[in-house]
Amino acid sequence: MGQHHYRALLSLVTLPFLLLVCFFPAVAAQTATQESFEQGIHLLKSRKFQEKNRAVELITDSGDPRSMDVLQDLLAGKLFLLRTDQTVVQVKSAKGGYAVTGVLQQQDLGTLQTRQLKKITINNALRGALKSGIAKINLQHPDPGVRANAVESMLEEITADSVQMLEELKTKEQNKAVRRELETAIAISWLKGNDEAQKLKALDTLSGSLTPVVRNELKKITTQENSEAVQKKALQALHTIEAKVKWYAKLETLFFGLSLGSVLVLAAIGLAITFGVIGVINMAHGELIMIGAYTTYVLQQCMPDHIGLSLALAIPAAFCVSGLVGVIIERSVIRFLYGRPLETLLATFGISLILQQTVRSIFSPLNRSVITPEWMTGSLAINPVLSLTTNRVTVFIFAMLVFTTLYILLKKSSLGLQVRAVSQNRAMARSMGIHAAKVDALTFGLGSGIAGIAGVALSQLTNVGPNLGQSYIIDSFMVVVFGGVGNLWGTMLGGLSLGIANKVLEPWSGAVLAKILILVLIILFIQKRPQGLFPQKGRAAE
Amino acid sequence: MKNQLFALPLACGLLAGSLLTSGAQAADTIKVGVLHSLSGTMAISETTLKDTMLMLIEEQNKKGGVLGKKLEAVVVDPASNWPLFAEKARELIEKEKVAATFGCWTSVSRKSVLPVFEELNSLLFYPVQYEGEESSLNVFYTGAAPNQQAVPAVDYLMNDLGVERWVLAGTDYVYPRTTNKILEAYLKSKGVPQEDIMINYTPFGHSDWQSIVADIKKFGSAGKKTAVVSTINGDANVPFYKELGNQGITADNIPVVAFSVGEEELSGIDTKPLVGHLAAWNYFMSVDSDANMDFIEAWHSFIKNEKRVTNDPMEAHFIGFNMWVKAVEKAGTTDPKAVQEAIIGVTVPNLSGGYSAMMPNHHITKPVLIGEIQENGQFDVVWETPGLVVGDAWSDYLEGSKDLISDWRAPLSCGNYNVVTKTCAGNKE
Repeated sequence: MGQHHYRALLSLVTLPFLLLVCFFPAVAAQTATQESFEQGIHLLKSRKFQEKNRAVELITDSGDPRSMDVLQDLLAGKLFLLRTDQTVVQVKSAKGGYAVTGVLQQQDLGTLQTRQLKKITINNALRGALKSGIAKINLQHPDPGVRANAVESMLEEITADSVQMLEELKTKEQNKAVRRELETAIAISWLKGNDEAQKLKALDTLSGSLTPVVRNELKKITTQENSEAVQKKALQALHTIEAKVKWYAKLETLFFGLSLGSVLVLAAIGLAITFGVIGVINMAHGELIMIGAYTTYVLQQCMPDHIGLSLALAIPAAFCVSGLVGVIIERSVIRFLYGRPLETLLATFGISLILQQTVRSIFSPLNRSVITPEWMTGSLAINPVLSLTTNRVTVFIFAMLVFTTLYILLKKSSLGLQVRAVSQNRAMARSMGIHAAKVDALTFGLGSGIAGIAGVALSQLTNVGPNLGQSYIIDSFMVVVFGGVGNLWGTMLGGLSLGIANKVLEPWSGAVLAKILILVLIILFIQKRPQGLFPQKGRAAE
Repeated sequence: MKNQLFALPLACGLLAGSLLTSGAQAADTIKVGVLHSLSGTMAISETTLKDTMLMLIEEQNKKGGVLGKKLEAVVVDPASNWPLFAEKARELIEKEKVAATFGCWTSVSRKSVLPVFEELNSLLFYPVQYEGEESSLNVFYTGAAPNQQAVPAVDYLMNDLGVERWVLAGTDYVYPRTTNKILEAYLKSKGVPQEDIMINYTPFGHSDWQSIVADIKKFGSAGKKTAVVSTINGDANVPFYKELGNQGITADNIPVVAFSVGEEELSGIDTKPLVGHLAAWNYFMSVDSDANMDFIEAWHSFIKNEKRVTNDPMEAHFIGFNMWVKAVEKAGTTDPKAVQEAIIGVTVPNLSGGYSAMMPNHHITKPVLIGEIQENGQFDVVWETPGLVVGDAWSDYLEGSKDLISDWRAPLSCGNYNVVTKTCAGNKE
């Protein structure tokens, strides 16, 4: 479809020019422009997507100043028909309905209700056509960044005939980045031509390029090309590229592993404190994470216009809410059960069920949608084969920050000193005047609060629902036990290495088997080293 | 253990309740069983269907009931617990003496109640799309069989979008595994080479999609148009679509067509990253027909909430219930045997503006619609089959099932008749 489509575009571009040269210079061109624009708008009324597709072509090539606006509105679903007389109109949401403007006459039609309007629907083929149409118009855009993107998005549609147009664009182009994109484009169109010298030259330009289109073209050449010299050179170029791609794929896996690991660290680090430092097996840990996530949701509901701000506020809020719940759990249940791990386990399991049902009763069993702020969507494209998703990068940095803060808190503050003292030798600590019961409550609250913060981060990655906690509790225990009970560094390294191991195994064994393999590996490891990666030393170990 | 503890008082309560009501009303009502989970993980989806049944029964009673008698719904809660489904089915049939039962969602719950319905010879109407490869005398499958959902969707992608490379991604359980097996066989029969098919399974509730989406992206950048056919179930869809959006995969470069994502599922999520991705169903809430408008209006006034959506399994219950009513009136009795015979060939309006008929293999005829997800959580229909598609119990693309047919009319009366060996493999009346 690509080639055919493109040729049609080209001929349509040239048509008005021919008219311009031959007959009535300015007037004819303008009427032709207007005519094809109007004809395009008229075709949009059709229910058939083929005709709408044709309409998009006409509008794109009309050169009418209104076309960009119309195409963008169509893509965004803001183009409607009046139910009464099928006029094509542009629509903006306004108070008490929609503010409606006619496309052709630009007349203001006042505010209308949904009942009076019928949306012009588009499908994926049309979406593709619209995007390439917009890109085509964008080739003339004043912003070089937009121009470069426009060239890039047209790469797939380039044919041997596009050279002339691309060369013209290149001679006019001042910006370096755009010129580079255009050179790639020209090289691709040379590759599709018949001239051997040009092909060899093109291969020189393309040899380091990671763009998928280039790779596919090279693959085609290695199998279909007649000239041996070209074929050999293409093969060489392909090898260089493939080696690069492989290297970046390894980097990508590492990033995925670190990102999964940082999620595990976030989920487990609160547990490392409650389980590791004061020895409570808290089965409700997952639910404390869930409470943090729901806190984020509630805050977002309170300030729907400030998504980013609400997320920032959610961090302290979730810490306080989850921490408070943790303190209440500790004071009302766990403190009566110190030294009886089995009972603690059962009691906290009961608490986790109660918390889940509470959330179901308050928020309904359906998942809640937490909106991700703009700046956390999309990805940082390092090159065409490696891009890091922004939300994962953010969560990774966030996890590291939380870890550092917690580490400093435990090592440098007086609370941290007391916590360590109590956990190492309770009787001695008490005889030195430390209020052990208070420290227990605060430590449990701290661990729970950190779980709440983890919930804020998880709300950006996964579903916020009553079952959120359950899916992380097993993983959290795994990380803490693997890393070594009572050691923050252990949790950190344990989480990251489990994440990386999982991601290395996943492509090879599939997601289901990878999880099982990790579990088996941990069991074997614990058999060999029951204390985990970083065992506690000295008297505290008993 | 937990479930038994809960079930005991519940059963006692129901028993007491039914004794009280049956004494007064037994003679002049017809009981209809509603077997949907109202608690546990499946409650999200199934509670809606329970409400749909209550609405349909209430409406029928307003029209004077059936055979001059009022209908009475008997609602039980199998609590998303598969063995409990069988117990509750037995209770409905033996204790409550229901004339027919409408219920189940997951395939495993259907498989669990199947022997009960066959043993006690009662009728079950099953409203959810499923993997096929089954035909029972006692079950009417009003949801889509694979040839009424998966296969036409693949056809659409292949013919209209020109897709040449296929990712079959699913959650690891029976429905995706069977559906993907059928689709793989179908694609190969259309000449798609093995290296252009990628199959991937993930656990329930999978949330870390980074490497799988990256794989899909790589698989899709080979120069051929690529699409994802998703049988990913429930919760796992949200992080999946989010990751797609974040890694820059949009509907116009790699479209995803899903078989388990409907209006109800979309109502809990931010649909911005999903716009343009596809779903295949036999009904969408956005379908432009008078029957549908009436249904939505009735639903909103019944549930007293304008924001509630309607979805495909609800339509299946609508069709199934009306078919049962019509068959009972035709037979003049609620006796299962008579209704079974009368219902084959019964035709009732569906919600997309046409009619659906019950076929001899206990599946129904339906149009297949492909919709694109919109920002408001609704679907825009972009393609539909020119006519109705007959549900096929046994897939034509699988070894061992392509020779089987199902016909419950005399003289064949067999659910799995092998047309090559001319024998009925045991699933007989």
